Amino acid sequence: MSTVETERTPAYLTTLPGDDVRQIMWRFADRYDLQMLVQSSRTVARGPVARVVAEGGRNTHEWSAAKQSLLQAYDDAGLTTLSVEPEYGGFITGPKNMAMALAAFELAWVDGGAATSSLATHLALAPIHEKGTAEQCSKYMGGCVPPRPGENRPHLRGAFALTEPIPFAGVQTRSLAGKVRVEAWNEGEEPLLRVEKRGRFITNMDFANFVTAAVDSDDERIKGSCMVILEEGDPGTFDRGAATRKLVHQLSSTRDPIFNMVVPASRIIGGYTIQDGVIVPNVDHNEVIRAVFRRTRVTVGLMTAAKLVSAIEPVIRYHRNRFRGGPSETPGSPRYELGLQQKEDVLHRLIEVWATGEASASLGFATARFFDDFDPLDHRREEIFETHEIPEGRAGLRALNQVIPQAVEFVELSGRPAAVRDGARYEELAGDELIEFLVGDALANVLCPACKLWNTGHGATMMREAVSLMGGYGITEDCPGFLGQKWMDAQLEATYEGPEAVQRRQLSLTMTNEIFLAQFGQWILELRRIAGRRPGTGACTLASAMELWLWTIRRLQKAKDADGKALYGDKRQGVTFPLADALCWLLASRFQILDVLELEEKTAGSEGEEATEAMQGLVHFFSDLAHTQAARAAGEVDRICTDLLYGYNRHPHWDSEYAFPRGDLESLETVMPGIAACSERDAIDEDGSHAPKAGPCVRFAGMETFQALRAKLGGCGTGSGLAKDRAAHALANVMIPEAQDYPA
Amino acid sequence: MAGFHIVVCGGMVPDPLQSLEPVVGPDGPALKNEAMLPMVLDPWAAHSLYEAAHLAAHAPGSKVWLVSLGPKARLQQLMMSIAQKVSFELVALDGAAGGFSDAYEIARALAEAIEGIPDLDRTRLLLFGGCASAARDAGVTMSMVAERLGLTEQFLGVDMLETDGDRLRIKERVEGGRYRISECDAPPAMLAWATGTLPIPPNNPQLGMQNMRSIMPALARAKSIPLGSGDVAFGAVERPVQRRETRVVKDMPPEDIAREIVAWMREG
Ligand SMILES: Cc1cc2nc3c(=O)[nH]c(=O)nc-3n(C[C@H](O)[C@H](O)[C@H](O)COP(=O)(O)OP(=O)(O)OC[C@H]3O[C@@H](n4cnc5c(N)ncnc54)[C@H](O)[C@@H]3O)c2cc1C
Repeated sequence: MSTVETERTPAYLTTLPGDDVRQIMWRFADRYDLQMLVQSSRTVARGPVARVVAEGGRNTHEWSAAKQSLLQAYDDAGLTTLSVEPEYGGFITGPKNMAMALAAFELAWVDGGAATSSLATHLALAPIHEKGTAEQCSKYMGGCVPPRPGENRPHLRGAFALTEPIPFAGVQTRSLAGKVRVEAWNEGEEPLLRVEKRGRFITNMDFANFVTAAVDSDDERIKGSCMVILEEGDPGTFDRGAATRKLVHQLSSTRDPIFNMVVPASRIIGGYTIQDGVIVPNVDHNEVIRAVFRRTRVTVGLMTAAKLVSAIEPVIRYHRNRFRGGPSETPGSPRYELGLQQKEDVLHRLIEVWATGEASASLGFATARFFDDFDPLDHRREEIFETHEIPEGRAGLRALNQVIPQAVEFVELSGRPAAVRDGARYEELAGDELIEFLVGDALANVLCPACKLWNTGHGATMMREAVSLMGGYGITEDCPGFLGQKWMDAQLEATYEGPEAVQRRQLSLTMTNEIFLAQFGQWILELRRIAGRRPGTGACTLASAMELWLWTIRRLQKAKDADGKALYGDKRQGVTFPLADALCWLLASRFQILDVLELEEKTAGSEGEEATEAMQGLVHFFSDLAHTQAARAAGEVDRICTDLLYGYNRHPHWDSEYAFPRGDLESLETVMPGIAACSERDAIDEDGSHAPKAGPCVRFAGMETFQALRAKLGGCGTGSGLAKDRAAHALANVMIPEAQDYPA
Repeated sequence: MAGFHIVVCGGMVPDPLQSLEPVVGPDGPALKNEAMLPMVLDPWAAHSLYEAAHLAAHAPGSKVWLVSLGPKARLQQLMMSIAQKVSFELVALDGAAGGFSDAYEIARALAEAIEGIPDLDRTRLLLFGGCASAARDAGVTMSMVAERLGLTEQFLGVDMLETDGDRLRIKERVEGGRYRISECDAPPAMLAWATGTLPIPPNNPQLGMQNMRSIMPALARAKSIPLGSGDVAFGAVERPVQRRETRVVKDMPPEDIAREIVAWMREG
């Protein structure tokens, strides 16, 4: 085996990455509105929020004056108005996914509950933002903007009520116990509706004065389900209910409210029509929540990403200072200067935490950006379908299936260099909005659940690693960076807005979309090209792992288990779910590599020689992190694919056809020389004895390609350990601030 | 009442929480990893900016400019937070901000930039800045700028300014932990601020976006200022020796803390 030594470049990691670096990597260097939002969210997070946490504000699940005071801080910093359109008093023009993502990232850097508290306001508004009528948008978005001094109007704060008490809506949200009936309907007047809804775990309920609630019809004069807006002043019961005795996200408010109120039918989100004496909501609750969660789940994914990255500095400081102050530790001695950083394991583990944080941030921000790009088209879905005469329902699905081959063709043409592709055909397909929509939709349906699932689920696991690097301190209230709280909080991020199972279920349907798989194939080629021009990022390893995954899913889609039952299907979560997990590892790693390349490209000529060199050093470090992560992802994918492909076959036993009576073997040897030696260990003696093993060895017919891909993948990991070593070594040298910039 | 034309001189310095390590590079002294350290508006100058905005808000017809010399790209980063705090117009100068540039050269560049501000009414001018800097703390820059602009009324270490729109009543820090209160009939004057009395204003991205409309063109216009260390030669640079003994205490009255610190200093 030949080894390629990569020389240690002189410039490497010198300081922790600053805002200038992040703006480039996460592509908002030209968005001053977002850069300002980062600063204002950060000031709130590391100021008032951190002080409340440090003073023990999290030690109760009851709402408190200190928690309430934070609402004002969010208002002042512009966080409350983040999701509001400028025409109603907001300040961010255009789609706001990146804005929400960045604000959540900054808040969760200090406290997840603060991020949730701020996010829940947008969650309550989101149904209105996505599907509401113009009047609803104006009233509620405008109402959520904090009144200016002298402006005499109530400040609206909302809650989003979908989840219901057991045994009703939780993960399953299709059927609802919350009901809506016609209360009164006088000739020529707007109908009045009675809404009964009990919520469970509803965020913001201590102070919300309006609620967007999901309910089902309990009246033949109302069709289907819908979401309605309830206001505190409406006639009836607006009972905030009991506080949730939660262990996490204590800076947010959560209660189990009870509503039984009468509201005008105009509160149905998205409006309604009357058909044959029946109120028909324009949008049912499923459609609303699909549109809402599609966006807000990305924001949640970024909360956990922030925690991982936020752990780096406190852990380095703790390790470095661990032995200082002892009588025999003198400045200059390794024990004094490096402390625990003398030990390779702590450095390696912290690199893994960091690499995961980077990958999840890259995946999350890429997804948020994707939605910013896709939103305008997504919001025109109905219009596009109408133009292309795509009907609703099953007939529509059939019609769309007809277009899929063209969308796949478009994706493949897009991946080819302009010089070699059929330009006319490409232009023709590129000009088709339906195709553009289908491609975007296929990606959206994978990226959103992938980001929510992997960032929060695997993120929670890695947060535990960060906590353990702090020793006993990690699980105390005094731990710098509040790492213990962040670990526990991550579990909520993995749960609300649809727990991991929901994301896996969605992925198991969407990741087999042919358009997505075509895109995935293009990404493999793209990574190979990247690897060709820029070795050392792990792109080649990742491409090999992606090939393995693609081969596996294709095989599993057709394969059956030992009992002849199909392996890939709705009921086989044991197969589909791990494959979904594996996909997430790949996606996160891909976006991480792309962000490193972006940094490299954009900083090539940073102002001044010193800046350029320092930036390039950072690029080298980030490349090594990406490489480490790609290798880890490859390992995960390898394990999952192997388990799934072999695990559902039955192991041959000694009385199966794979076992050879020794006598038969000997006679076969005369016609097939060599067979006895090959099958020696699968032979059974006359007395029934055999080699000490579970059965004859497994045969691998049809698995040759898989085995070749696997073997290749193993080799592709070459160099990843060196990359990890380099990155780990840098942790012992990187300059960090003297003190953390928020209280502990 | 015609209001004031307040020009604030404020440079940038590394975030005070960062580890600062002086090194001697090929071009003279510098800070280790300077290009990568996050920068903030020099704290004393920042106080003077907040005071300027506050004064302008209470004296109709007033206007605030911030004159800042630093590497252009880093100035732009800095504006992402400063521009959200108060309204001002930026006058940007593109040059090094290492803390080792000579105060004389900087003062010259700042004064020339101020002279070049169109519509600046020098009779209504209040020149603001910090009485010191978190960078190297020469403490002379503002006086030099004032001299160049011909401002003879100069106040150093200002903590409070009261005015009826013309007359200025100024509280300055003087030796021995005491204050001096001076009166000045009318602008122009130079006030180099200590900490002032105002809290740091909260960030307001909406205000920031408004300010950015004029800030981006100002950055694009920024004149490049070559700065060397002039005739100054640095023999050596080093950090002051620190002696740090940390003890975490809770609920200790401030008097007791003060008493303990004094005893500790005496003993050291
Ligand atoms: C602090 C907090 C704040 C919240 N805020 C809000 C809010 O503002 N508004 C709101 O409406 N809701 C809110 N929620 C509710 C949250 O969204 C739900 O808890 C979540 O969706 C899961 O529902 P559940 O708890 O009923 O879990 P269940 O439905 O009981 O599911 C439990 C577990 O069973 C498994 N499972 C369930 N179904 C399946 C399946 N089909 N396939 C495989 N596995 C499955 C999964 O492991 C799942 O995690 C909040 C929750 C908390 C804790």
